[in-house]
Amino acid sequence: MKTTHIIGILVIAVAIVLIITTSGDASEYLSFGEAKQLADRGSKTQIHVVGQLKKDSNGEVVGIQPSPDMLSFSFAMVDEDGREQRVFHPNPMPTDFMRSEQVVIIGGYYQDKFVADKILLKCPSKYQENEVKL
Amino acid sequence: MHYLIGNLGHFFVILAFVASLVSVVAYWQVSRDPERWNRFANISFLVHGLAVFGVVFALFFIIHNQYFEYHYAWSHSSKLLPWYYQISCFWEGQEGSFLLWMFWNVIIGFVLIRTNRDWRPSVMAVVSITQLFLSSMILGVMILGAKFGSSPFMLLRDVIDAPIFQTNPDFIPEDGTGLNPLLQNYWMVIHPPMLFLGFALTVVPFAFAVAGMLRGKLKEWIRPALPWAQFGTMILGVAILMGAYWAYETLNFGGYWNWDPVENAVYVPWVVMVAAMHTMIAFKNNASALKVSIILVISTFLLILYATFLTRSGVLGESSVHSFTDLGLSGQLLIYLAVFTIGSIWLMVRTWKKIPSSPSDISPYTREFWIFLGAATLCLMAFQVIYVTSYPVYNRIFEFFGGTLNLAPPADQVTFYSRYQLFFAVLLAIFSGTGQFFWWNKTSPEELRNKLVTPLTISLILAGIVFLSWGITQWQYILLLTASIYAIVSNVFIFISLAKSNVRLSGGAVAHIGISMMLIGILFSAGYSKILSMNHTGRAWNNDFPDEVNQNNLLLFQNEPRQMGEYSIVYRGMRKLTKEAGYVDVNELQETDFPNRVTVFQTLSEKLIKGDTLTLANFENSYFQVDYESTAGEKFSLYPRVQINDEMDMIVYSPDILHKWHSDVYTHVRTFPDPEQDPVWSETDSITVKRGDTFFVNDYVAHFRSIEPLKEVNGFQLMPGDVAVKVIIEIEGEYKNYLAEPIYLIRGSEIGMLTDQVNDLAVQITILSIHPETNEFVFGVGATQKEWIIMEAVQMPFINVLWIGTLLLVIGLIIAIVRRYREFRLMRDKAME
Repeated sequence: MKTTHIIGILVIAVAIVLIITTSGDASEYLSFGEAKQLADRGSKTQIHVVGQLKKDSNGEVVGIQPSPDMLSFSFAMVDEDGREQRVFHPNPMPTDFMRSEQVVIIGGYYQDKFVADKILLKCPSKYQENEVKL
Repeated sequence: MHYLIGNLGHFFVILAFVASLVSVVAYWQVSRDPERWNRFANISFLVHGLAVFGVVFALFFIIHNQYFEYHYAWSHSSKLLPWYYQISCFWEGQEGSFLLWMFWNVIIGFVLIRTNRDWRPSVMAVVSITQLFLSSMILGVMILGAKFGSSPFMLLRDVIDAPIFQTNPDFIPEDGTGLNPLLQNYWMVIHPPMLFLGFALTVVPFAFAVAGMLRGKLKEWIRPALPWAQFGTMILGVAILMGAYWAYETLNFGGYWNWDPVENAVYVPWVVMVAAMHTMIAFKNNASALKVSIILVISTFLLILYATFLTRSGVLGESSVHSFTDLGLSGQLLIYLAVFTIGSIWLMVRTWKKIPSSPSDISPYTREFWIFLGAATLCLMAFQVIYVTSYPVYNRIFEFFGGTLNLAPPADQVTFYSRYQLFFAVLLAIFSGTGQFFWWNKTSPEELRNKLVTPLTISLILAGIVFLSWGITQWQYILLLTASIYAIVSNVFIFISLAKSNVRLSGGAVAHIGISMMLIGILFSAGYSKILSMNHTGRAWNNDFPDEVNQNNLLLFQNEPRQMGEYSIVYRGMRKLTKEAGYVDVNELQETDFPNRVTVFQTLSEKLIKGDTLTLANFENSYFQVDYESTAGEKFSLYPRVQINDEMDMIVYSPDILHKWHSDVYTHVRTFPDPEQDPVWSETDSITVKRGDTFFVNDYVAHFRSIEPLKEVNGFQLMPGDVAVKVIIEIEGEYKNYLAEPIYLIRGSEIGMLTDQVNDLAVQITILSIHPETNEFVFGVGATQKEWIIMEAVQMPFINVLWIGTLLLVIGLIIAIVRRYREFRLMRDKAME
């Protein structure tokens, strides 16, 4: 067997190991219900939840609670199954937060509280304009 | 309405498309009948190139002249945008960025036509095919009910279905919606052209490889392609780092690299291109490198196409912080990707058996062995990143076949990718340090041992000193540091010996020193970045939370100093950046009818005289002045920024960075009080005082200085019988004294009270009543919350090592390009290309 072949086989072997180990680190898009079940079974992995902020009948965002020192806040989020959950975020509120069309949070349950370490926002007006202002 | 320029632009698009099609056919025919087709093929590519220039000109003309009847100008530009950002408008939209890519391809095509003879037709045929596909992306025509491409010359009324166009089809909006504030940065003027030049350059080695396989010249293609591969590596590498620097300076995530899918999408082809460049060099001494080179060169180009698909099809939607919109081009992009993938695989399979290979085995005591190891490591690095970045694609594929897969990217991308990439980087450093010692060819084990002893000893001593003095304890960091130092030391040895003999050959050594320095810079700036603003107040907002919930931010009230590590910091208030006098306190400025002009409220200095008009660099920007003072007595101010863009309804924060030779102090504001919300004033306290008295307002010492009768109030003449007085109160602030001047006005039986506010101190004073019999005044004093910011400060050590390393990498690559290009020219002129 030639050395180049050995290198080739090594590369493939490492690639397979990479696939296996990185898959273990993959996160998942889940609903709050599924995330809760997972957490109840003792899983500590962080997951993604896609949803929207809770809004009242007038379309106003409701359920935002800033902490007294303003360094963090919590909000009410409704996932794609319609389940509502209070989510805590250890940073100040992102600027575009209230206007977001869709929210993706990354985090998990800690003692029955959902803590989102990261928040990704999809804001409607950001790159595509659909109205002409007169 | 300016129809002409748009029609002209559209005509040029179609001409460019048709001419590229003609070029493909013509260059293809050259191989059969060179006499007849050669000239025609070159002319058709020239026509194509001129048409592309025409498109670029037309689009820029529309943007520059603010023809807002065109959707592209309206949605990407605005009236007050300075000319240099109009350039950025050009490529903010997808159509413009495709155009930019085509533009570079044309320039490259022209250079290829000039510099090549024998290879010209076959290589240009491949380049023309890519141009055919790219121009179809901006074609914007309907064929058989399917839309091909998206034209940048669409009129606003054809894109947006607004009611105004039904009543008045010739309606032209007053102003455009403007450029995204994030892109209003000088790096965004130069980063995209660099990036797309890098994209465009990947086509050249690809074209040579494909042409080589088509013509059966399976190894000759390497020599002309090599300098291009090196140039592409350099440009794309610089472009990626420019993007990183832009992110560092503009975005608020606190670093230069975030392993976001968009970043990964370009990182991967670059890494593969670096590998390809190395195996192409190795081919000179080992024929086995040929097959690998062909695969890597083709992969690089396909990965660029894949990156384009990932970032422009909307498939990354949920997994990236960047926002993507689907222009409906994903189908077309997918076809593009499929054609090139299937085409090149078919070509490779067809010629595979004929590709020469070395019959003898490779010895570990040759340079090529180490190059192969390095290339293999680079490929694994690329694989690890692209495999995970493609998760959304797997989800879509499952969905397409009716299944469900909910793979999400790792929750903490930075930790995840860095963990793997770090080990590969260690290997790379070791290989690049060792491989260089086999400069000419085989070296015996004894010789190698003799050569390695000195550099290895020096490296170990140096590494030991560094990790003892820095207290580095993580074994991964110790490994990376030692390996990188070893790579630097051994390459310095090589460089010194080459500098004595032939410095032209030293490109590799210099580039490797550069890349190893980059690794060290990354290790320190990212691995040892220190959050200065760690919250030590102990006021955890919720006791139920685990400690992992970070408290990295600090709340600063105006003029109230806080200790932050070795620094005492204080937020001094909001500033505007003027062209004439630099940063000026907003409270000293008055708005005028022109948004970018302000007048000075009161005389402050020789430069700032009451009534002067100043010009704002950008009226949307406000700056938060944060003063730092270290225990060692070092003082400086940083001005992190907020840009409020009403048109797009965006609030964008940008950091400010103090660059010191050994570290950067990075400061960014996370949030501040909403300027749209009026402050809530507390209940008014009433204080009875006489002139000359000293009293307290909101805990500040105040002096009742004087009383002035007024003849006019705010520019209005008083009527006979009116009485108006102004009281001047001086309040001692932390840093300076402020004057509060409330006014009391009597007209008949009516009383007017004009409150005066001192924003910095968050107080307002009103004259509630005057008692002439006792000479006493009753003041109403109200207080509100002081202005505040929530900020994060991060110290990044040795980030300059990263930038210096980048510079060395570029210099090394330039030396290498010059060398390889000379080799190519020499052989070409001997007609042996």
